[in-house]
Amino acid sequence: MNLTLKIWRQKDSNAKGQMVDYKVTDISEHMSFLEMMDVLNEQLVNTGEEPVAFDHDCREGICGMCSLYINGEAHGPDRGVTTCQLHMRMFKDGDTITIEPWRAAAFPVIKDLVVDRTSFERIQQAGGYISVNTSGNTQDANAIPISKHAADEAMDAATCIGCGACVATCKNSSAMLFVGAKVSQYALLPQGQVEATDRVMNMVKQMDLEGFGNCTNTGACEIECPKGISLENIARMNREFLKATIKG
Amino acid sequence: MALDSKVPKGPIKDKWTDYKNKINLVNPANKRHIDVIVVGTGLAGGSAAATLAELGYNVKAFAYQDSPRRAHSIAAQGGINAAKNYQGDGDSTYRLFYDTVKGGDYRSREANVYRLAEVSANIIDQCVAQGVPFARDYGGLLDNRSFGGVLVSRTFYAKGQTGQQLLLGAYSAMNRQIARGKIEMFNRHEMLDVVVVDGKARGIIARNLITGEIERHSAHAVVIASGGYGNVYFLSTNAMGSNATAAWKIHKKGAYFANPCFTQIHPTCIPRSGDYQSKLTLMSESLRNDGRIWVPKNMEDVMAIREGRKKPTDLSEDERDYYLERRYPAFGNLVPRDVASRAAKERCDAGYGVNATGEAVYLDFASAIERYGKEQAKIHNIDNPTEAKIYELGKGIVEAKYGNLFQMYEKIVDEDPYKTPMMIYPATHYTMGGVWVDYNLMTTIPGCYCIGEANFSDHGANRLGASALMQGLADGYFVLPYTIGDYLADDIRTGKIPTNSKEFEEAEKAVTDRINFFINNNGTKSVDHFHKRLGKVMWDKVGMARNEQGLKEAMAEIKQIREEFWKDVKVPGNANEMNPELEKAGRVADFLELGELFAKDALMREESCGGHFREESVEESGEQKGEAKRNDKDFAFVAAWEYKGEPADAVLHKEELEFKDIELKQRSYK
Repeated sequence: MNLTLKIWRQKDSNAKGQMVDYKVTDISEHMSFLEMMDVLNEQLVNTGEEPVAFDHDCREGICGMCSLYINGEAHGPDRGVTTCQLHMRMFKDGDTITIEPWRAAAFPVIKDLVVDRTSFERIQQAGGYISVNTSGNTQDANAIPISKHAADEAMDAATCIGCGACVATCKNSSAMLFVGAKVSQYALLPQGQVEATDRVMNMVKQMDLEGFGNCTNTGACEIECPKGISLENIARMNREFLKATIKG
Repeated sequence: MALDSKVPKGPIKDKWTDYKNKINLVNPANKRHIDVIVVGTGLAGGSAAATLAELGYNVKAFAYQDSPRRAHSIAAQGGINAAKNYQGDGDSTYRLFYDTVKGGDYRSREANVYRLAEVSANIIDQCVAQGVPFARDYGGLLDNRSFGGVLVSRTFYAKGQTGQQLLLGAYSAMNRQIARGKIEMFNRHEMLDVVVVDGKARGIIARNLITGEIERHSAHAVVIASGGYGNVYFLSTNAMGSNATAAWKIHKKGAYFANPCFTQIHPTCIPRSGDYQSKLTLMSESLRNDGRIWVPKNMEDVMAIREGRKKPTDLSEDERDYYLERRYPAFGNLVPRDVASRAAKERCDAGYGVNATGEAVYLDFASAIERYGKEQAKIHNIDNPTEAKIYELGKGIVEAKYGNLFQMYEKIVDEDPYKTPMMIYPATHYTMGGVWVDYNLMTTIPGCYCIGEANFSDHGANRLGASALMQGLADGYFVLPYTIGDYLADDIRTGKIPTNSKEFEEAEKAVTDRINFFINNNGTKSVDHFHKRLGKVMWDKVGMARNEQGLKEAMAEIKQIREEFWKDVKVPGNANEMNPELEKAGRVADFLELGELFAKDALMREESCGGHFREESVEESGEQKGEAKRNDKDFAFVAAWEYKGEPADAVLHKEELEFKDIELKQRSYK
């Protein structure tokens, strides 16, 4: 198929960006979206233009590096996939595809389609861990039974890949689905209880400091999340936060 | 230099304990005056960085991604082995040790493997304490699954995302130390050389991938945890950015490179679909717990399937060749990876491949769905269930176990694997070879350590499933933090390492010169052009089956591609900005050298063992006819290569392998 691409180009974080049109031809429907981008970039290299910078790495939907806003949707039109798993069979010959970076104050553009997500890092550093040192004497892994239900729910929350699609999708650029998922994982496990109060307070505080917006329960984040992280995690974080506020 | 593995004396089961009792320690007050650089933040690097920081060292960690959490360990699916014997099925430290040595086809160092098995149980305890949500059974205890090449269930897992969960555990431990200021994290940075001062590794030169700035970083020791070199094949299950640059740079500065030809071709990957393909996707080995691998028995059916006249589900049981079950009745579909891959290649080479390229076999879940469905019907007291009901119940179980893998398959191939068998074919996945290290995990450069997939030590010629995660975390959490202390104990009075020495200056200049060369070369062909050509030579001549003539041709062809690369590569953009093409150019330049050494190593090793199959070395008669033939008399050694300029001139050093606790014998999975 032949396509027109409208792509956000921006030289660096200080430059003013703009949309630029490109044409690609003979795109196979079996290609992944990023393979289509590879074709474009090979074309640009060969004609002496600078290729489009975009983040990507594992190309199997787990590293969370890829981050394109395609036709107004985070990770494009398919559901339950990251951009690297999106395939060209979702598009038709002659389509015009708009490709933009994540847009959020807390995710400044570095270049073209690459954004800076270190705000997520700082939120995790504020409390996204259990304070346990490495030692050969940790108690036996089966010492504390954990109900299968709780373990499965914790796992569901823990599958967040930290891509930032929730933020990009949210009209308020809220990071509550991301933070809620991490808070939930630990809140659901006995190991996470000791530091539960400090954790949620510190992570929420950092989230606010980074300039992420608040949640107004639209639910778009859940729909666009490539890993299907549920809104329940936001509710759980709110409960944890309330509990922590009362306990102090 | 003679290779000294520094394996402690004494009985194998006491070596590690005795060693730990006798090594030098660094007191806590002195640790805060000692800096350690860790390159790579996957399971090995991440766990090492966190643990070293907990101990009190000042750690500087480097990752080329925008977060440590994105290292490619994240993509490991199936699980992590540990000798917990929670299932009571006869597992033990010794048995894990034995399985790993045997699975590695007797080309690993016994003492290292025993230590690995010994600390394996601690890993699970540590990860659970960190909040890693492993799968559990209804009683709330940890669940296990079985992997290839073993007869027990010792694999712990978190759905099909075990690597992700373990890495997030290590990442959380790192975050705690980053917040404390004990780890200084350098995201979007790439190490481009090691700096050796007075014979010791004392720092690195790194490039800031956002600004292009070249930076000098000093430390008292340097730890390389940068993963494997599978991308030398261009197409592999590795991430796009996975590269051998850090490992190759230390090789060029004096670290020997061991057994590069020991590379794992994983049997269950999604077959390639076209020339545009950028990577291959793995379908976890755990699928072989329940999936059965087959091709049609009759050539007419093969042709009918390829032409779309028949569907795989049209074939009756006796029209199918479950070739693994046929050839290896004891292990069946759970033979080790090297054996399964070669068997798939054998069938496809004989013409039985089931897709248009002729390079695919089926992985079929129909009988598992039926078996689970019947079991569930019984559990739920459903008498005379209909076929549809059985399918529905069985599908539920398969979905719970492998749902994310099935979804991944469906998104890529656009077929429903619950209804029609998956198509799979082997692809490059993991590299057992790597930087040579001694028992302390130190390379032949004093003060330069290498851990995880980047080193060569524990998997011999073939890695068993779910052992990579185990080794990465063992090295990082439980081995390196001890062994490095023994070395750093001599450095408590050294003080900060200055970065204005001539060694740093020279290293920085070499890095800058090379970058400027790329930018100014103005060639006519893209980096990928050369990488793809290299990959094709590697796959065709240094792939699943190798022979003398092909390997000699490969060496000459790779050299040729390398020469063309340096003449004609085209790198757009500038040095002082984010420039992904420039990053790739540097990595491919290193692969173009590594590939040739790889072929040279394969040519030298005139035996078949593990992932290395020489067509000249097969069993010619008896029960094992057609199987790989190892040659213990002449090749029971680690091949450690010393850099001498051109890869073809590398000098071989042998570390003879001694097997005192395990009898050397032909692997049989029959």
